[in-house]
Amino acid sequence: MEEAKKQQLKDAAAKVRRLAVEGIHLAGSGHPGGSLSAADILTYLYFHEMNVDARNPGDPERDRFVLSKGHAAPALYAVLAVKGYFPEEELRSLRKIGGILQGHPDMRNTPGVDMSTGSLGQGISAACGMAAAAKRLGKDYRVYAVLGDGELEEGQVWEAAMFASHYGLDNLCAFVDNNNLQIDGTIDTVCSPYPIDDKFAAFGWNVLKIDGHDFGQMEEACEKARQCCGKPTVIIAKTVKGKGVSFMENMAGWHGVAPDRKQYETAMAELGGGN
Amino acid sequence: MTELKPRATREAYGDALKELGGRYKNLFVLDADLSASTKTAVFAKEYPDRFFNCGIAEGNMVSVAAGIAAAGNIAFASSFAMFAAGRAFEQIRNSVGYPGLNVKIGATHAGLSVGEDGATHQCCEDMGIMRTIPGMVIINPSDYTEAYAATVAACEYKGPVYLRYGRLAVPQINDPETYVFEWGKGRVLRDGNDVTVIATGLMVCEALKAADMLSEEGISARVVNIHTVKPIDKDIVVKAAKETGAIVTTEEHSIIGGLGDAVLEAVAEGCPVPVVRHGVEDRFGKSGPAREVLEKFGLTAGGIAEKVRYALTLKH
Repeated sequence: MEEAKKQQLKDAAAKVRRLAVEGIHLAGSGHPGGSLSAADILTYLYFHEMNVDARNPGDPERDRFVLSKGHAAPALYAVLAVKGYFPEEELRSLRKIGGILQGHPDMRNTPGVDMSTGSLGQGISAACGMAAAAKRLGKDYRVYAVLGDGELEEGQVWEAAMFASHYGLDNLCAFVDNNNLQIDGTIDTVCSPYPIDDKFAAFGWNVLKIDGHDFGQMEEACEKARQCCGKPTVIIAKTVKGKGVSFMENMAGWHGVAPDRKQYETAMAELGGGN
Repeated sequence: MTELKPRATREAYGDALKELGGRYKNLFVLDADLSASTKTAVFAKEYPDRFFNCGIAEGNMVSVAAGIAAAGNIAFASSFAMFAAGRAFEQIRNSVGYPGLNVKIGATHAGLSVGEDGATHQCCEDMGIMRTIPGMVIINPSDYTEAYAATVAACEYKGPVYLRYGRLAVPQINDPETYVFEWGKGRVLRDGNDVTVIATGLMVCEALKAADMLSEEGISARVVNIHTVKPIDKDIVVKAAKETGAIVTTEEHSIIGGLGDAVLEAVAEGCPVPVVRHGVEDRFGKSGPAREVLEKFGLTAGGIAEKVRYALTLKH
């Protein structure tokens, strides 16, 4: 990937992080840790990878995205706003009565959201459905999903994994946001889903491993996913929970807590300040 | 109407899906390893490209169906009522109900009439569970003709529908030549003015028999068939309350949460009169041949007649 493109994506991701943290701060609740760990992946998908057009969000031929770890909604909303699906001011009404941005993604009320998610494990199945229908109807769109690593503890993820490989869904590409933390602690201490790579491989997936904050590696992995025939691809992306805000990084405690005024100001300064 | 042989409502489900598959090129059917029993195999044979066997994984099946629908298609997801409404409840609520997707849950083998498989498979809670999901439509047809028409109507309707079918062959009470399925409407099958029996599913046939028995005792019982349990036809229920002054509900389902409660709610809010619920009491089922199990649990014309006599004692 060219340096200029990389820089462009970095700038977009920084803005996404600022908007996500601001939204959570103004809402007084939300999930900053997992939003920040997934921010680069979401930015990459919407600004470089997927065939989508904010002016035509209902295009039946568009690529689809499912945020299976629905609690990272603030980051998805920020990406969608920056991309132009709705005005950035909407982000200030996150989680508020009368707003279009629910605590977890709601496809009925938020332009650009392809699937309602929030209950872990269900999004990846829905992504399978979108991909399976495309295959059978001869449509060319691709389907992308982002899973949490803690989410892999849900049995439904593995039902979906079995389904995707059984039906050869090579138009499906799932990212695992491997930040190693869930609400009650590190994923290996709560109820370990490791080894994640071997599990997906055993379920018949094309498995790739990358640094989830490196846009060049994302591009290479997505290219490999597109080349892979007959198998779904999972990209296990090593990430840092709370990435970009020093006091949130690698802290399980920042899974679902909003920053107060002072913390918010510190976070904004670290993320490049202002808008 | 000429006498037709008894047929299971699940057969109508399979037959209707086959017809609908030809009409709607974006219709998909999913099953969870029960396609021979649910009759989705009839569709699968005709349209293998639009059928997905999801294996024994009902939760995934329902969310996959949601994804298929989210991409602009119609999806019917099928399993036994126990594993559709029961195991996949939360997927139906969050992946289908909340986004209002065009997914139909085709739940077969509902109620006690599963028979020999026993309590683990005799789902008498599904309508109660499904009724709590905002916007969910619930249809519980009474015979083959109604089940076929209901399946077609559900396909034409845009949004989530729970369709409830049975395993047991049941008498055909609707004339296939003249039957018209009216979305959300109850039907008066027999008029009467002492009491109204409001029935759904295979109990509609029993209700008609009960009305015959009661008429011999000089009791004039109106019989109403409610195929759409949610949203329930409040008008026909309140009218019955006003005109007959007492109601008995009957269903092959727990008396908690299903038709009985839906009628109670409508009556209490519209025209309070005595309502006696007939159905499966607060208990689990038992193994046995379907008709014997129904008999054992009192789900017969005689059982209904008994409740009617009691209801009449409550009338002012």
